[in-house]
Amino acid sequence: MDHSPQAWGRPRDDIYGSYNPSYLPHNKGGYQAHANGQPNTHTQSPIVTGTSVIAIKFKSGVVIAADNLASYGSLARFTDVKRLKPFNKKAVVGFGGDVSDMQYLDRLLSSLDVQENYSNGASGDLDDETENRAMMSAKNLHTYLSKVMYKRRTDFNPLWNALLVAGLDEDSKPFLAFADLLGTTYSSPTLATGFGAHLAQPIMRRAVPDEEASQKLEREKAVELVKQCMKVLFYRDARSMNVYSMAVIDENGVDLKQDIKLEAESWAFAEGIKGYGTQTV
Amino acid sequence: MAALSSYSMSASTPTFSFQQPPQTSSAAGGQTQHSFYPYTDNGGSTLGISGDSFTILAGDTRSTSGYNINTRHEPKLFRIGGSGPTHKNARIVLSVVGFAADGRALQERLDTIVKLYRYQHGKDISVHACAQRLSHILYGKRFFPYYVTAILGGIDEEGKGALYSYDPVNLKNQYEPEAAQGLGKPQLVAKPLDRKTTEELVRDAFTSAVERHIEVGDGLQMMVITKDGIEEIISPLKQD
Repeated sequence: MDHSPQAWGRPRDDIYGSYNPSYLPHNKGGYQAHANGQPNTHTQSPIVTGTSVIAIKFKSGVVIAADNLASYGSLARFTDVKRLKPFNKKAVVGFGGDVSDMQYLDRLLSSLDVQENYSNGASGDLDDETENRAMMSAKNLHTYLSKVMYKRRTDFNPLWNALLVAGLDEDSKPFLAFADLLGTTYSSPTLATGFGAHLAQPIMRRAVPDEEASQKLEREKAVELVKQCMKVLFYRDARSMNVYSMAVIDENGVDLKQDIKLEAESWAFAEGIKGYGTQTV
Repeated sequence: MAALSSYSMSASTPTFSFQQPPQTSSAAGGQTQHSFYPYTDNGGSTLGISGDSFTILAGDTRSTSGYNINTRHEPKLFRIGGSGPTHKNARIVLSVVGFAADGRALQERLDTIVKLYRYQHGKDISVHACAQRLSHILYGKRFFPYYVTAILGGIDEEGKGALYSYDPVNLKNQYEPEAAQGLGKPQLVAKPLDRKTTEELVRDAFTSAVERHIEVGDGLQMMVITKDGIEEIISPLKQD
């Protein structure tokens, strides 16, 4: 029996078996990270995930939407996860992919917002125009986020997300761009992540084939288009849900609704679908 | 713990009484597999032709992932150097094709270096020096390469077109019009093309490429570099 003071109050080895020291600090015999040839481990696959995010640029702003579901594999685990995060009155970020990485990025953006507002001196002694120009635009935010994503992929420690940044650029023109876990970035009048790239993007491109068409698009039409796409996504994407968030960003600021129920939902069409696989009748 | 050991133990570092030899890693759950692959291919095609007094670089503007078109307009050609974010008075163009995120990172690094060169030396970098520097940048990441095939084009000190091409880790070659390749054929006489013919040739090459390669299409971005500056021409290609 070990009577040394260090062992006081500790579970006895002869009864409980030896303590697994791998979780102890290095100098105490722990070997979780690096020591003993063990590699440092990072996220190698997402766990709790959000599905598609879709967005369309219109005449004077951008519409963006994502449903409120966080899945655990195929299990619809959390049904009230808001995946659209407003940054300021010029920008909203929509997150797909790992939800915990989304929460990390959201905290990162919160601290960035605090920093920005300190340095801008948003105390009210600036006129609106100056303050508006000094405010971080959606374009600035997208550059920042894509650098964070690229840095993390380069460190082999990726943030497992696909994100859309929607809002206004420094000239208050509509801005929409994509960034993902590899640091890949691109911009287009309509964008969709995940399953939406297969299901929603063709619908949106049919209505808004190019930049010119998006500059003529009315807000109401854009919202209607996004609603239609969310419906198609709910019908066909097995990891989706019929309650979603939608934000419209224009010169009046961010209009965010977080509990939109799918309108006129009907599975009546399903009865007519016959003949897939081995089904013969 | 500190208080405890200070009065009862003489050992300089407190030890745990249950300290035991660390177990082998396999006992503690085994090795984790790295399943994250840090690259992707965003497709597309670029080319460069140098002439007597100009260089043309061209690339399509489609960005893909697999069978999906990410966007129809994501340029692969970048101005290097010049002043400010608009690259005013730049005379060098870089084209990158492969993994777009690496391409963008490479472009930003080279652009910063070229701008710093002007700041430190009070003159613009020569295309040859820039090409050599790009080679070093690429080789510097020999063991985690920028997954891009790059072409660098510009006008050399004598006012002639200059063109350099790279594989992901190094400078491959400087294009020499006189260096004919092939066996058993009489060597062709190198005659630089004029600008108009070259532009038409580029356009024809891309319209053909669009028919044969699904990753190529949507738009053609051409940059013509002459001693007077860079002229950018964007024209449509088939979207299918």
